[in-house]
Amino acid sequence: MSTATTPRTSQRSFADRVKGYSPPSSVMPVLATFALLVGMFGVGSIRYEGFASPQVVLNLFVDNAFLIVLAVGMTFVILTGGIDLSVGSVVALSTMIAAATLRAGWPPLLAVLAVLLTGTLLGLAMGLVIHYFEVQPFIATLAGMFLARGLCYLISVESIPIKDDTFQSLSAASITLPGELYVTPTVLIALLVVIVAAWVLHLTRFGRTVYAVGGSETSAMLMGLAVARVQVGVYAISGFCSALGGLLFSLYMLSGYSLHAVGMELDAIAAVVIGGTLLTGGYGLVVGSLLGVLVLGTIQTFISFDGTLSSWWTKISIGALLLVFVVLQRFFTRRGAS
Amino acid sequence: MTHMSADAQPSPGPSVEGARHGEPVVEMTGITLTFPGVTALDDVSFRMYPGEVHALMGENGAGKSTLIKALTGVYTIDAGTIRIDGEERQLTGTAAAQDAGVSTVYQEVNLCTNLTVAENMLLGREPRRLGRIDHRRMYRRAGDVLARLGLDISPRSRLGDHPIAVQQLVAIGRAVDIDARVLVLDEPTASLDSEEVATLFEVIDSLRSQGVAILFVSHFLDQVFAISDRMTVLRNGRLVGEHLARDVTRLEVVEEMLGRELEVLERLDREPSRQPDDRRTPVLRASGIGRRGSLAPVDLEVYDGEVIGIAGLLGSGRTELARLLFGADPADSGTVEVRGHRVHLRSPRKAVDHKIGFSSENRRAEGVVGDLTVAENMLLSLQAARGWLRPVPARTREQLVAKYVEALDIRPADPQALMRNLSGGNQQKVLLSRWLIMQPDLLLLDEPTRGIDVGAKAQIQQVVDDLARAGMGVVFISAELEEVLRLSDRLVVMRDRHKVDELANTQTTTSDLMAIIARDEEAARA
Amino acid sequence: MRDLPRHRLFWPVLALTLLLVVNVVATPSFVQVRMQDGHLYGSLVDILRNGAPVLLVALGMTLVIATRGIDLSVGAIAAIAGAVACVHIAGSGDPGSAGTAITAIALALAVCVLLGLWNGFLVSVLGIQPIIATLVLMTAGRGLAMLVTGGQITTVNNSFFKAVGTGYVFTLPVAILLSLGVLAVTALVTRRTALGMLVEAVGINPEASRLAGVRSRTILWTVYVFSAFCAGLAGLMIAANTSAADANNAGLWIELDAILAVVIGGTSLAGGRFSLTGTLVGALFIATLATTVPTIGIPSETNYLFKAVVVIAVCLLQSPKARAAVWRRGRRRPSTVKAGRA
Repeated sequence: MSTATTPRTSQRSFADRVKGYSPPSSVMPVLATFALLVGMFGVGSIRYEGFASPQVVLNLFVDNAFLIVLAVGMTFVILTGGIDLSVGSVVALSTMIAAATLRAGWPPLLAVLAVLLTGTLLGLAMGLVIHYFEVQPFIATLAGMFLARGLCYLISVESIPIKDDTFQSLSAASITLPGELYVTPTVLIALLVVIVAAWVLHLTRFGRTVYAVGGSETSAMLMGLAVARVQVGVYAISGFCSALGGLLFSLYMLSGYSLHAVGMELDAIAAVVIGGTLLTGGYGLVVGSLLGVLVLGTIQTFISFDGTLSSWWTKISIGALLLVFVVLQRFFTRRGAS
Repeated sequence: MTHMSADAQPSPGPSVEGARHGEPVVEMTGITLTFPGVTALDDVSFRMYPGEVHALMGENGAGKSTLIKALTGVYTIDAGTIRIDGEERQLTGTAAAQDAGVSTVYQEVNLCTNLTVAENMLLGREPRRLGRIDHRRMYRRAGDVLARLGLDISPRSRLGDHPIAVQQLVAIGRAVDIDARVLVLDEPTASLDSEEVATLFEVIDSLRSQGVAILFVSHFLDQVFAISDRMTVLRNGRLVGEHLARDVTRLEVVEEMLGRELEVLERLDREPSRQPDDRRTPVLRASGIGRRGSLAPVDLEVYDGEVIGIAGLLGSGRTELARLLFGADPADSGTVEVRGHRVHLRSPRKAVDHKIGFSSENRRAEGVVGDLTVAENMLLSLQAARGWLRPVPARTREQLVAKYVEALDIRPADPQALMRNLSGGNQQKVLLSRWLIMQPDLLLLDEPTRGIDVGAKAQIQQVVDDLARAGMGVVFISAELEEVLRLSDRLVVMRDRHKVDELANTQTTTSDLMAIIARDEEAARA
Repeated sequence: MRDLPRHRLFWPVLALTLLLVVNVVATPSFVQVRMQDGHLYGSLVDILRNGAPVLLVALGMTLVIATRGIDLSVGAIAAIAGAVACVHIAGSGDPGSAGTAITAIALALAVCVLLGLWNGFLVSVLGIQPIIATLVLMTAGRGLAMLVTGGQITTVNNSFFKAVGTGYVFTLPVAILLSLGVLAVTALVTRRTALGMLVEAVGINPEASRLAGVRSRTILWTVYVFSAFCAGLAGLMIAANTSAADANNAGLWIELDAILAVVIGGTSLAGGRFSLTGTLVGALFIATLATTVPTIGIPSETNYLFKAVVVIAVCLLQSPKARAAVWRRGRRRPSTVKAGRA
């Protein structure tokens, strides 16, 4: 056996363990994303005045809090080897439900609960269909996407403004940090979601089973793991995150509209991929997805700082970045396989 | 023990070491299980005693894997009862079977290569504290189990970084940690070399002495007779016999498995060895062909009308050599000449153009196209060679397919049957036909008889012999040394990714071959 | 006859028939086709014409899906095709002539073939998962289309170009003839040559196909180029319909409709066996649905809800698990079906 030369496990010294330690290969792409982010900021600060200010960094979080939450949910799904196309539509539906219920005079808390419940149930339903009827995630969540968009139009074809005091004040609220910096409460919510997600993924049986299912669903099943609970659960989580993201988005836009968040699922998927998660499942970190969102945000900051670049360069550069990361991942896994 | 003689009809009843305890731990009675159109198990009874190794024997289609899956909760039985520890159980899922104390290690290792060794052993019942996984305790516990198995790897290492054999032992480690009462090992030795088999047997031995009942399935008769206490033989979904291992001979068991004579195997043995008459230009001459990390440079010549047998353990480089010669993996050193002309085998496509064929050891993943018909599978290579613009004419198609269905006795003899519905042996014959249709000058066969029933095996050996007599060059790779010796004119011995010897097959015996392999290993250690 | 429900086209055709019946009940004039000025008019003709772009895209998608792939970029490619053609016509010296239109069409299709080659390169040479490889162009493609049009909606005035979308030949709309023509050619090429079988082989077991000597790379490249070509044609049709290139909205979500058409038609997203007839039925179903919803007095925006229902229904019909669940419930009744089949 090729391992014959390594010392016996039980007698391993601490030094051996430290020497033998190398970061798990799934961390490498995350480091790459981080390096990219730092690099982009470096370039930005050289080219544009005021680019490297701390508030610009904080604004990345402020402007993309909803996307961070979406990307976290998407990470769960993609880790199991699935995909969730419904997130953009669920965001729109969430803004609609929030706006419509508030207009109808519901207390804000009840409206929030209604939104979160709807999103979670929708995700749960998709998960059930995917797991129990063995329908491909792509197509099942496509149905969810159509369903959520259709429900939006059922509520109203027009945009509904949100005039509720709680929402208005939350939307305007900011938390001042030392050095005349500020963030919004939505940022704290988004970061809390990231932390909870990381905790669940790494320290709970559910989380490890997510990775196991992504590694090999058959194996996970034969190992007697709760595959059903995980496979249904990740879509419910993604549905919940979409709804929560939708709430943050409605705070950002202060309206509900059927055409909100068109194509946002692509941004979420792009963020997850740029964050180093393999679309085949089993490898990836939720922190990576956070960094992925920040990279997307930085591109937009770049374009708004530049002023001469047209808006379509956002799409083109996201596409280009996606390409770079996908190709890098490809070579990375190919080398790992041989 | 007195219980034994009461109902085990073939055995006279004396006690056996393996059957130390009075009551069976598993008692399956009158098990019937049907699939649409097929009765996979027909009123089969099966029992296991604590502290015994029980071998389940049978050809493909005998119902072995169905019986195992009924016991492990993958399939739900249509009729019959399953008692574990005397208590009747409804095994409605793998989890239910595990709860009942039945644990399984499947042929293809079913673990998650992206997780750590410890997670693979413990996931699902890992130690927890306040709702979170207690990693420290988990790794310690995994380390203990690894030590019990004599496996020197870190529980924190990723499973995918280890060879298949280690993964297999980790899978057993998972079962060991469950404290299973019954351990099912489905073809556990299929991808292990002899040293690894010895390690596995030590582990089995120690589990047996701890009172675990072990269900052992293997195609290797040697191993079955070396390790088992008791055997159950199935044929066509029915029980044909249950024996104590010490009371039966191999011949008796094989006869029960087959229910027919072995004349093909016998006849082939008596045929005189072939003498290739043309030694001037080899079909293929490889000089220093190799690939970093998988095969050290190898020289090899193959002439018309001869069978080169490649002997070696798993991982010795035998498969890797065949893949390089076929362009399935790119070589990074050496040259290849086909009929004296230098060629670059960059892809299978190129190799096929130079009239080389290759049948992979991994039939299901690398040979069979399950949802296409038998006819389409047979014609795939021919069609690929012609390109999609020039379809094979319908009449030619029918003739070729009919010819090979008959010549190789493929069943069902229906060219429109879907490939995935055929048994392993018949699939292998279809894949062989795929290459015979191409009329290659050189055929590389990697374990063409692995995992198929004895009848199909004999037919395939016969075909290989006929092909060489008709002038084709054949490279024949097999884990079974007897088979290699029976078929080959020349022998190449591989070890540790090197070619270590080449000899004419004149009165060579399996012990000669093993001596070569063993001698080299001794030398390497010194 | 008993085997009829098991035929792969049984459910798609049944669904389409039911939908048509609903239309006839709602508006009896639905089936009427009348001749006016040498042109055919009527709801059925409209459905065929409106369904033409989706059918075109779905044909390419069928082959891509059969190889285990998926092409998400077709909507973006359609937008690029329209943009290239319109910008070329608008910028040429003679924006009204047939020659300009032909050059523009050829140029647009050539660009699409290049984009198909690009997708094919990512999938077959670099070995990137199709869903993510084509996601790149899906994301970037509309940006590229805007780059071409400069962010404007480019309008053109060229009667020849307009005819691709709205013209008539032999009493039938050009769009219908074009899409059915491509269908016929595709069917002929896949089934009369070995392309269909090799596509299926690659879709069912890529590694086995490679080791059998199949040029998987060529096959994959072929289907992605073909898909992009079809998407380009559809894009030209859409642009010609309005005589304008709208980089943002042309062919928006057509990839989803096309995938839906393929799936309704019974081709599995897991690759392998495919059915072009099924795809035709699927595309017609989607086009009919779009007509039906407003016809029976429901706001057309709720079209999405119906699509969702259709997707779910199709998924459940195709899912062996769901069938088994229904079967088990039905099994308690006397098992005449079982006996009859045997």
